[in-house]
Amino acid sequence: MNRVRITAWHSFSWAAGILLSLPLLALFFQSLSPDNELFVHLWNTVFTDYLTNSILLLVGVLCFSAFIAIPLAWLNAMCEYPLKRFFSWSLMLPLAMPAYLIAAVYTELLDYAGPIQVWLRQTFGWQSPQDYWFFDIVSLAGAVLMLSLVLFPYLYLILRSFWLEHSYDLIRASRVMQHSPWQSFIRVSLPMARGAIVAALALIGMETLADFATVHLFSVNTLTTAVYDTWIDHSSLGAAAKISCVMLLMIFLLIGAEKVGRRQRAVHDTMAREKKAMYTLTGGFGWLAAGVSMLILLLSFFIPVGVLVYYAVIYAAENWRFDFLSHAWNSFQVATIVSLICIALSVGLVIFQRFFQQKGQQIPGQLASTGYAIPGTVLAIGVLIPLTLLDHQVNHWFGQWFDWQPGLIFSGTVFAITFAYVVRFNAIAVGTLENTLAKVSPSIDMAGRTMKLNRFQLMYKVHFPLLRRGCLTAGLLIFIEAMKELPAALLLRPFDYQTLATYIYQYVSDEQLELSALAALFIVGVGLIPLFVVNRNIEAHGR
Amino acid sequence: MKKKIALLCLMSSVAPVMAAETVNIYSYRQDFLIQPILEAFTKETGIETKVVFAKKGLIERLKREGKFSPADVVLTSNFSKLIQLQDEGLIQPVHDETIEKNIPKSFRDPEGKWFALTKRVRSIYSSKDRQKGSNKIRYEDLADQKYKGKICTRSGKHPYNVGLIASMVAHHGEAKAKEWLQGVKENLARKPQGNDRAQVKAIKEGLCDLSLGNSYYLGKMLKNDKQRSWAEAVNINFPNQADRGAHINVSGVVLTKHAPNKANGVRLIQYLSSKQAQETYASVNMEYPVKEGVPVSDMVASWGKFKEDSIAISEISKHRVTALKLVDEVKFDL
Repeated sequence: MNRVRITAWHSFSWAAGILLSLPLLALFFQSLSPDNELFVHLWNTVFTDYLTNSILLLVGVLCFSAFIAIPLAWLNAMCEYPLKRFFSWSLMLPLAMPAYLIAAVYTELLDYAGPIQVWLRQTFGWQSPQDYWFFDIVSLAGAVLMLSLVLFPYLYLILRSFWLEHSYDLIRASRVMQHSPWQSFIRVSLPMARGAIVAALALIGMETLADFATVHLFSVNTLTTAVYDTWIDHSSLGAAAKISCVMLLMIFLLIGAEKVGRRQRAVHDTMAREKKAMYTLTGGFGWLAAGVSMLILLLSFFIPVGVLVYYAVIYAAENWRFDFLSHAWNSFQVATIVSLICIALSVGLVIFQRFFQQKGQQIPGQLASTGYAIPGTVLAIGVLIPLTLLDHQVNHWFGQWFDWQPGLIFSGTVFAITFAYVVRFNAIAVGTLENTLAKVSPSIDMAGRTMKLNRFQLMYKVHFPLLRRGCLTAGLLIFIEAMKELPAALLLRPFDYQTLATYIYQYVSDEQLELSALAALFIVGVGLIPLFVVNRNIEAHGR
Repeated sequence: MKKKIALLCLMSSVAPVMAAETVNIYSYRQDFLIQPILEAFTKETGIETKVVFAKKGLIERLKREGKFSPADVVLTSNFSKLIQLQDEGLIQPVHDETIEKNIPKSFRDPEGKWFALTKRVRSIYSSKDRQKGSNKIRYEDLADQKYKGKICTRSGKHPYNVGLIASMVAHHGEAKAKEWLQGVKENLARKPQGNDRAQVKAIKEGLCDLSLGNSYYLGKMLKNDKQRSWAEAVNINFPNQADRGAHINVSGVVLTKHAPNKANGVRLIQYLSSKQAQETYASVNMEYPVKEGVPVSDMVASWGKFKEDSIAISEISKHRVTALKLVDEVKFDL
C-alpha cells in the first residue's frame, strides 16, 4: 500500500521537475550543436567585454543593494525613530516598479535636456556639455543604480524580518559585554544574518542577470544582450545557447550560494520576539535615520511615480483612452493562473522533500527552480523548442486519427506564455514554501504519524494549514513578477494579444514613455495591492 | 464518440482562429505605422488582418512553428530581415503580375521571394549651427579625423547600420570597410545608444555635430510637439551625391512558406504595393514609395531630390554577415 503512494509522490515530483526544466534541457542540447565558428569569432572579439560587463553589473548591483538595504533593515528592526512604522512597509514599494520603467523615467530626468541639467545650466550659466561634468545615466553605473533601486527591497524584507525574529537576546548579551551598538552590529547582528544576506543577494543576482530591458535601454552589452544578438542577428541558436550555458554557470554559483545561505540560516531557532525596539534614536539621529530612509524611498519609488503622474496629467488626451484596460485584463488573468499553478506544483514538491528524506529528494525541487535565472528572451527560445516539437507531434497524431489538425495549440496560444512564466517563477514558490515548511518542526509530523494519519492526511490536515501563509506570500510575489514580465511575453504572445508590459514597452522603446504613463501607473498600482497583503501577513506573522 | 466530440470542441475552442477571410501578419514594423493601411485594406477587401508585432525574434518563431505557423506574411523594416527570411527558407515565391508591375525590378527578388515596399535613405544629420556646408559629405568622411568626438549613432548592430556597413564592404572591400568603421568608432562622441531620433536630440544638445539617421525620422520629429525643436536644430544631408549616391535600405514583405491563407496574403502584398497604400506610406510615414509615379509627401519633397546608390540590394545583402562581424571586431558598440 505504502509503496504505491511513494511512487505517486515520486512520479508527481519528478514529472513536475522535468517538465519545468525542459526549456533548460532544450537549450543545453542546442548548445551542443556544431556552431563553433561563430562562437570562436565572438570569443576572439567581444566575449571578454560582455563577460566583464556582466560581472561588473552583478557585483555592482549586489554591493549597492547591500549598501542600501542592510542599514535600512537594521534601523527598522532594531531602532525606534520617527515614521518607523511607515518605513517598515513603504520600503517594499519599489518592488512594484519594473526596472525598465524606473530606467526610462530617470533617463528623461537626468538627460542633458532633462529638467535637472537644464536647471543647473540656467543657475550656473553653463552653455554646453563641455562646461561641466554630470553623471551619465546611460552607462553601466546607471544600470547598476537603477537595478539596485528596485531590487534592494528583497534584501531589506528578508533581513528585517530575520533580525526581528532572531537577534534580541544575543545583542543584549553582547551589550552586557560592553559592546557599543556599532560593535554589536558588526560582531553579532551582521555575522548571524550572513545566511539571510547571502540568500537574498543570490535572489537579487539572478534578477540582475535575467534583466534585459534595462541594460538594453542603457546600451550596456552584457551576456544577456549577447545571447540576444547572437540568436537574432547572427541567427545562431547554437552559439546563443552556448553563451546561455556560460550564464547558467554563474547562476548555479548563485543558487549554490543561496542554498548554503539558507542552511546557515536554519541553524538559528526562532526566539520569542519582543515588541519594544532595542535602541531609541532621539533628536538628530532619529531624524537622520528617517531622512535617509525617506531619501531612498523617494529615489526608488515616489519620484518615478510622481513623474508618471505628471505625464499622465500633462498628456491627458493621449493617456486617458483606457484601451489598455483589455491588456491589463490579459496580464491579470495570466498572472493569476501562473500564481495558482506555481503554488499547486510547489506545495507538492516541498511536501515530497519533507516526506522522503533520502538522497536526491531535493532534485525535483531544484529542477523546478532552474527557470528563475534564465533571462526572459532565452527562456522564450527554451520554451519554444519543446512546445513546437509537441505541437508538431500532436498535429501529426491528429492528422492520422481524425484527418484534421488543430494547429499550434501549445506554442501559438496563451499556453506558451503561461508555461514560460511557470518555468520562470516557480522558484519563488518553491523557495518560499521550503522556508515556511522548514520552520515546522519534524516532531509535528511524528505526532501526526502516531495519530495514525497517513501521508495524505498529514499533508491535508497538518501541512496545508501551516503552509497557507507561505502560499499567499509566494502567490502574490509571483503575481507581481508576472505582471511586470516583459521579454518572454514579447516573443511568445499570440495574435492581437498584448500584456500591459508589452503595451508600455512599445512606447518606452520609442522613447515616448509619456504616452503610456497611465498604463505604467496601472502596472505599479496593481503590483502594490499584493505587496500590502504580503506585508500585513508578515506583520501578523511577526506578532 | 462523445469523448471525441468533446475533445474536438475543446480543441477548436483553443486553436488559433483560421477563418477563411483573414490574413495573419508577423510584423517587425510597429502597429501604429501599419494600422491605417491595414484598416483600409480590410475596408476594401473584407479580409480581416491579425497582427503580432515584435521588434525581435519573429523569424525564430516562424522557423520553429514550421508548417503549422499561422503567419501568412511577414513585414520587415529593413532588407537584413528579408534576406534572413530567405536564407532560412521561410519564404514561398510570389509571381503576380500586379505586384510585379507595381514594384520596380531592382526592388524585388528576381525569383519573387521578397518585395520592397518603401525606400529609406541612410542620411547624415548635421548641426545647423556648428556644421554648415555639410551637404557635400560622404559616408567615407565620417572616419576623417577632423570629426573626432563629433559623431553620434545608434548601435552598429542595428539593421540600418549593418546595411550601411555592408554597402561599404560591397563598394570598398572588407579591409577598407573595417578601417573605415574603426575610424568612425574613434570619432564617436559617445558609446552608440538610443534610436536614430536620440542622435538628433544629442546634436541639438551640443553633444555631437553629426549623426547617422534614416530620412523619415526628420519628418516624424517635425510632426511631434516634443521633438520638433530637435529636428529644427539639424540639416538633413544625402551623402555621396558627387559619386555613387546615398545608401538605400528598404522595408519589405514576404509570403511565408506555409501560409495558410495564401491567396489573402498575396492580396495583401498586392494592396501594399498599390498606389493607395504607397501614398499612405509616403504621407503618414514620410518614406519614399517604391512604386513609380507615387509622389512623396510635400515635406519630404522639400528636402530636395537626391541620387540613390544604385547597387542592388541582393548585392549588399551578401555582405551582411561580414558587416556584423566587423562591428564585433572593431568593438563598435563597446
